Amino acid sequence: MLLRYRGREGMFAWLFHRIAGVAVWAFVVLHVVDIYLVGGNPKVYNELLQIYASPAGRIMEALLGAALLYHALNGLRIIVMDFWPPLTRWHRQLWNLCWLLFAVVGLPVAYIILKPIWEGIQP
Amino acid sequence: MSGRYTRVGRARPSGGGSELAIWYLMRVTGLALFVLALTHFLILHVLYDPAQQDASWIATVRWSSIFWRVFDWSLLMLVLFHAFMGVRTVVIDYTGGRARRFLLAALYLLALGLLVAGTSVVLTLPVVPK
Repeated sequence: MLLRYRGREGMFAWLFHRIAGVAVWAFVVLHVVDIYLVGGNPKVYNELLQIYASPAGRIMEALLGAALLYHALNGLRIIVMDFWPPLTRWHRQLWNLCWLLFAVVGLPVAYIILKPIWEGIQP
Repeated sequence: MSGRYTRVGRARPSGGGSELAIWYLMRVTGLALFVLALTHFLILHVLYDPAQQDASWIATVRWSSIFWRVFDWSLLMLVLFHAFMGVRTVVIDYTGGRARRFLLAALYLLALGLLVAGTSVVLTLPVVPK
């Protein structure tokens, strides 16, 4: 499907937005449950936190941040074009701007989140 | 399909009623979440490390003030609406008939369960001063 349909930037902006949105939704479901456990069963919550703090957990955390940041930036792009339709002409440039901001904000954040992996800090 | 509006997002429903209201609310909650969700992520994943956020940290630091409880509860309400209405759009796009009715019912039930669970823990977790 991806190779045959020549949707270019517009299609990928939409596809990534949808995948990132569903991914963040899945984490929100998990996150409300884990915070519920802080009150309901703190011991199980603390055990779950060990998984979040593990190297694999940190990689998932960085991916969650990436999904959230892309969805937030592209969401603004959608809103801007929905309410000022002439800007739709520049949808490709706006998408490139999203990626620029994504890199400028996301790379330092990913570094901070992942750093404990190679520094070997265990909780 | 509306020609006037971009298909990057969902096309604005013609007519009115609840579909149009949901379309606008997705954008309004999206803007609010841009601020609240990114602030939440910045504080709890960048300024603090999740590894230190065990149950007692939440009780003594994060939720020791009413402000952060109200902040996180507002975030919960916004994100439950935005995320579940978003997945609703996905379900409607890819399913029909009985499967769609079943999935939407399950989705709304899950949203209600999370609303109750999240609200109850915000309200009932004892306040432990620092």
